[in-house]
Amino acid sequence: MKNLLSAADLTRESAIEILDIAEGMAGVNDRDIKKLPTLRGKTVVNLFFEDSTRTRISFELAEKRLSADVINFTAKGSSVSKGESLKDTAQTLEAMGADAVVIRHPSSGAAQILAHSGWIQGSIINAGDGTHEHPTQALLDAYTIRKRFHGSDSVGKGLDGMKVAIVGDILHSRVARSNLLLLNSLGAEIHFVAPPTLLPSNPSNLNAELHFSLDQTLGEVDLDVVMMLRIQSERMNASYFPSEREYSRIWGFNANRLSMLKDSAIVMHPGPMNRGLEIDAVTADSKQSTVLEQVTNGVSVRMAVLYALLSGERNSDVI
Amino acid sequence: MSSNFVLKNVTLAAGETKDIQVSDGFITSVGAGLVADEMIDCNGLVALPGFVDLHTHLREPGFEQSETVLTGTQSAALGGFTAVHAMANTMPVADTAGVVEQVASLGIEAGYAEVFPIGAVTIGLEGKQLAELGAMANSKAQVKVFSDDGKCVHDPVIMRRALEYVKAFEGVIAQHAQEPRLTEGAQMHEGAVSAELGLTGWPSVAEESIIARDVLLAEHVNSRIHICHLSTAGSVEIIRWAKARGIKVTAEVTPHHLLLTDELVRSFDSVYKVNPPLRTAQDVEALREALIDGTIDIIATDHAPHPIESKDCEWNAAAFGMLGLETAASIAQEVLIESGKSSWTRLAEVLSFAPARIGGDSNQGQMIQAGSVANIVLIDPKARRKVVADSASKSKNSPYVGLELPGRVVHTIFKGYFTVRDSQLANWGRR
Repeated sequence: MKNLLSAADLTRESAIEILDIAEGMAGVNDRDIKKLPTLRGKTVVNLFFEDSTRTRISFELAEKRLSADVINFTAKGSSVSKGESLKDTAQTLEAMGADAVVIRHPSSGAAQILAHSGWIQGSIINAGDGTHEHPTQALLDAYTIRKRFHGSDSVGKGLDGMKVAIVGDILHSRVARSNLLLLNSLGAEIHFVAPPTLLPSNPSNLNAELHFSLDQTLGEVDLDVVMMLRIQSERMNASYFPSEREYSRIWGFNANRLSMLKDSAIVMHPGPMNRGLEIDAVTADSKQSTVLEQVTNGVSVRMAVLYALLSGERNSDVI
Repeated sequence: MSSNFVLKNVTLAAGETKDIQVSDGFITSVGAGLVADEMIDCNGLVALPGFVDLHTHLREPGFEQSETVLTGTQSAALGGFTAVHAMANTMPVADTAGVVEQVASLGIEAGYAEVFPIGAVTIGLEGKQLAELGAMANSKAQVKVFSDDGKCVHDPVIMRRALEYVKAFEGVIAQHAQEPRLTEGAQMHEGAVSAELGLTGWPSVAEESIIARDVLLAEHVNSRIHICHLSTAGSVEIIRWAKARGIKVTAEVTPHHLLLTDELVRSFDSVYKVNPPLRTAQDVEALREALIDGTIDIIATDHAPHPIESKDCEWNAAAFGMLGLETAASIAQEVLIESGKSSWTRLAEVLSFAPARIGGDSNQGQMIQAGSVANIVLIDPKARRKVVADSASKSKNSPYVGLELPGRVVHTIFKGYFTVRDSQLANWGRR
């Protein structure tokens, strides 16, 4: 595999392989000297056309722990009319000899364009393209779920039979799209829960069950995982829902809804959270919340992805 | 350029084999055994009246890096067209007599096809105040078709007034049906594919609701209305209903909406970005049936050239639009002839007779018979060709590159002289 553009690029086998590599990487992250020489001499560029401190530093840490040379390139806007075009930026990075580009871009498909345009030869990792996909987020979520349910016995396992509800702004969520594809491949059953305004009008190609009511879903489905999505501020004044208060009341996760989950179930959030809107403090800080584990696991998973794409031989004895 | 010649053994649309004699810009005789100094063997070639495009973007004045009247009409000639209607979204906008006269005179100067400027409905295409429609109609350009194409005349009062006003000079409003609020930020057809790709949807209802409103307005004020680039099955149903009711509505479909679907957007290749967007296979099927049964009156290209930098970028940043002049006849042949469902007579109707009627082009869309202006296209129906990126257009944004399409334009004759001969563009430069 040269690029990671979409969670659809990953078969069940290749996804499990990356998650297993991440297990080894997590071991590195527990050591005193958190560093491997794997990517020594390789140049990785973090090309961010959109603000995202969390994702960028997670990738940066992963790259540094694998001894890559890291360059952060932050660009604003990228249309023909304003600023430098994606093509010029890509060709500049190519001229500098980048081995891999981690790209975050506000336009859906930007990572795919970069990979298939011929502008650049290195590996492309999609760190979020518009409202399309965010495959490393899905991998870290899958890793987190597997770890919670299988613990030290995780290696080689999928997520077969797990019931996962993804709640919130499905329509505009790259996290939801990538998780749907990846968790499906790993054998999980996906439930999308959202107000009808925030679901795609034609979901026929999406392999998920759709629900409008969170309470009904909690009552009827024996959920293992509830994944809350962030409500972006630009949705709040666009009539997707009447008010933040009403959204929070009907689709927010709170202590009362937490009590409807079985004890082993977990609550996830990709961050940053709007505390009091889609998730309340009791839930976010509860033992069932995996918010901080997701951050920790993000580094291991991104190390695994970089390793899988960039290291010449893919033998596990390197770890 | 010979002005007296005989096209020997052409096949007419109805199927019979005849000779066509052309003298001094007119067809002087159609029959057997005709003789002239120059005899051109047309055995196996179908002769049709020169094609008329009711929807072309020639980009001049203002966007000459994309296309000019010269290059656009050269592209038209290669596609078998002898007339094009040039859309008003130039810079400055064609909303005054001065601009439409300039475009018309550039067309005459180029000499590759008749150029009919379309006038803007509203000043600056802004949808707020009517442009001087009468001045454009009475200018040397004699504008009869008015459109804010690229933008919808969305204000119902402005639309009503425009429909009424142009009756004074037998004009017609060509509506780009797109409800603006329902399509804010829209990038592709809203459906199953947009749900997967996370691109903002352009719902069918945004087109259909405007068409429904406008056919009712046209009925109320007893005016004629033309609907640009129909793209959905629902729009077809509304037009069918309106025609059955006796409303004076005509409708066009583009070649790309007859052939391509939103599945192509999965590549994120912005050559497939167009407005209205590529729809589903069901929509394509409905549009094809409607073209065959007469619900849709014409094929119009919506030829929309863009420079490389406007397409060589991420999807959201890319411009809407695709080329169409040099491939339209082949796609019409694919849909009407190769499918076995229709005829060359129907093809001549949708690419020549009907658009000339709608546009009021008196020298275009005439029967191939003695006395007609010699606007003729000759097509080799048996040829198959792979579309290449090279064309007479200044731009390269053809979505068909690499596709194999049926038919080839062999000769295009405009007012009795060859603009295209043996598939080669006549080259007299700017005269």
